[in-house]
Amino acid sequence: MPTSEDYKGQVPAWCPGCGNFQILSTIKQALIELGIEPWEVLVVSGIGQAGKLPHYINCHTFNGLHGRTLPVATAAKLANHSLHIIAVAGDGDCYGEGGNHFLHAIRRNPNISLLVHNNQVYGLTKGQASPTTAEGTYTTIQPYGVLQESMNPLAMAISQNCSFVARGFAGDQEHLKELMKAAITHKGFALLDILQPCVTFNKINTFKWYRDRVYKLGNDYDPSNQVKAFEKSLEWGDKIPNGIFYKHERDIFEERVPAIQEKPLVRQKFSIEEVKHEIEKFY
Amino acid sequence: MSRIRGGHNFYQIRLSDQKISASREMLDILLALDLNTIETHRKSVKDGGFILYDSEIAKKKFEEPEFIDIPFRKMALDVGKNSVMANTVATGAALGILSIGLEALKNILRETFERKGNEIVQNNIACAEAGYNYAVKNCPRCENFGIREPEYKRLMLITGLQTIGMGAIMSGCKFYSAYPMSPSTGIMEYFASRAEEYNLVVEQAEDEIAAINMAIGASFAGVRAMTGTSGGGFALMVEGLSLTGMTETPLVIAEMQRPGPATGFPTRTEQGDLLFILHAGHGEFPRVIFEPGTPKQAFYLTNRAFELAEKYQIPVFIQSDQYLAESEWTFENLDLENLIYNDYRMREEDLKGIEDYKRYKYSSTGISLLAIPGEAGKHLVVADSDEHDEEGHIVEDSETRIKMVQKRLLNKLPLVKKEIEAPLLYGDSSPKIVIVGHGSTYGVIKEVIDTISKDKKVAMLHFSQIYPLSERDRFDYIGLLENADLTICIENNATGQFAKLIRAETGFEFSHQISKYDGRPFTIENLKEELHAYI
Repeated sequence: MPTSEDYKGQVPAWCPGCGNFQILSTIKQALIELGIEPWEVLVVSGIGQAGKLPHYINCHTFNGLHGRTLPVATAAKLANHSLHIIAVAGDGDCYGEGGNHFLHAIRRNPNISLLVHNNQVYGLTKGQASPTTAEGTYTTIQPYGVLQESMNPLAMAISQNCSFVARGFAGDQEHLKELMKAAITHKGFALLDILQPCVTFNKINTFKWYRDRVYKLGNDYDPSNQVKAFEKSLEWGDKIPNGIFYKHERDIFEERVPAIQEKPLVRQKFSIEEVKHEIEKFY
Repeated sequence: MSRIRGGHNFYQIRLSDQKISASREMLDILLALDLNTIETHRKSVKDGGFILYDSEIAKKKFEEPEFIDIPFRKMALDVGKNSVMANTVATGAALGILSIGLEALKNILRETFERKGNEIVQNNIACAEAGYNYAVKNCPRCENFGIREPEYKRLMLITGLQTIGMGAIMSGCKFYSAYPMSPSTGIMEYFASRAEEYNLVVEQAEDEIAAINMAIGASFAGVRAMTGTSGGGFALMVEGLSLTGMTETPLVIAEMQRPGPATGFPTRTEQGDLLFILHAGHGEFPRVIFEPGTPKQAFYLTNRAFELAEKYQIPVFIQSDQYLAESEWTFENLDLENLIYNDYRMREEDLKGIEDYKRYKYSSTGISLLAIPGEAGKHLVVADSDEHDEEGHIVEDSETRIKMVQKRLLNKLPLVKKEIEAPLLYGDSSPKIVIVGHGSTYGVIKEVIDTISKDKKVAMLHFSQIYPLSERDRFDYIGLLENADLTICIENNATGQFAKLIRAETGFEFSHQISKYDGRPFTIENLKEELHAYI
């Protein structure tokens, strides 16, 4: 069994009190409890405060470009589907810069989990609006307040039949850990949107603001109904539901790609002799 | 020239019993299936050439002596019971004019229409025969063009896109991600058509940004990967290119040029992206650019691209253009004997004895061990687009930055340069006139040289490995240029981008430049005419 020492990474360069610390320690705890070893996990990230996370955890890492987490993670899964792949992104990273990839990852349904640290603000670039910032919020470059409606990532994912859609809160680690374990073990593309207070740039959506509003979806909630899930995902305001909104199983991408049914692509041996006959087709 | 089904479409075929390597401007036979074709190409028909047409289809009768009116449509209806076979009648008629037998055509018709059933095959063969017999009987002016019945030597018929795809598959490439864009799409189609047989993963990405990031993801995970596009798509890939530079992820990128800017001429040709490809990507990192002169060379250079990409952990380009990419060429063979495959990826057994694996460990060659995540035992592989330390973790300090720039860039550059082969000298060995080309102009320059070399000391210097330029210690090509009286750089672009590259890298300035930027390839006639001003 892996221990927390095995997953110990670099010292984080996040603001003291940042919600990312809870997310980081919860990921480690979830992996440990699932018995996954560091060399069995690849964490792929983009750029943003969330993008730095893989440096603070000890496992395989690809920290790529802003917004491009999902194409890298999807292809790495196609190349070696024996790896556990976790994509880590921020709200600007995944819902803004990488919005197109988000839509198409849902369509492909690779067996990877996507953890979005959703702090409703751009932290790394110091406080501009993100796609999930509330309409009307004032920032240094939105002096008239944000003019766009904020994006609802859960509703979008559910509308596209994403195979697992959940939301957690960095301030409730026990619940978040269960959601992470469910996302990682879910067979298919799993979105876990995490409400993450940014203590420096988001003075509205604070720990207290969330605590006053969040509640857990109860046992009476049925996550298998797409229409009901969509309806539930629209609930936001005085009450904010957290938990697994929608979950169903459908064929995963790796099972539909014929070349990798016998073994991972990376383990398939190559020799020139075996392909030389290809030339004969052109005579 | 490729259009889908609307608009004017044409195909030019040049045949000879000698080896040929370029297109000609003027036509011996124009086989016109509509009036538009006659009007567009009539001026290109040589004196003594023919225009085969059907006055019923064209709805116009031409009385000039070069016109031969053949009832393509009527014969197709009479013999094949379907007017769609008019083109088969026409092809048969062209072979009749050339006095070439019908056997080869019949075989092609059988292969092409087999899946549609025997009746369609037989009707097409009957149409070909009807056209052939009609031409032999009714074309009084059909002289022999000097074309003999071919010996049916075993030849390949293949495009540049196919040789690039085949080169990749024979180099162990297992992953191809791209977004469709003319004229590069044929590579993806080729990969997809071979996916089942060779266990390949081919993914049509949502955009070119995803395409290159997917190829990078697959390569990072241990699989030889490639992406391909044309200029506009490559513009979207540029940030990803820079990512390969920082993360030292091996990648082969095919860039099949078409005339720009913006959408330009989607189905035409140009060599206008050379300096773009050379300078693409923010920051400084090593790259190699190959630009093959023939599809045969494209095969060899694609193999070489995978070798260098993985050996040095860098991006390598196969840069070409619509003309070379989509033209079909015949060859006796491709160079299978010199194919190389060296697997530089490290697995658990390769890393035995290494206690503390570091993805970006400093080395005098700049090359660090390339371990496969998950296949390297308990060793962890960490890659970062930020500046990083030997392990791959983010750093800010200047000391590490300097060492890393030296490792991934400065230490590798001289070694990569040593790998580059010298340009090809064809013709006189100490020429007074040197005609310089790169990429797809190889064939046309070679044929033109053949026609003028008898009384002049003239040679072609052709570059297919265009960046970095090869070292001059084995072959001093700049010395050769300096000793010539006349040096002419031929380019299929408006600003002489290769001439700029040569001047920037070596200080040498050509005495003359010939540019063609009408979206068409050089033909033998127009290159000769352009050269006539200087020679």
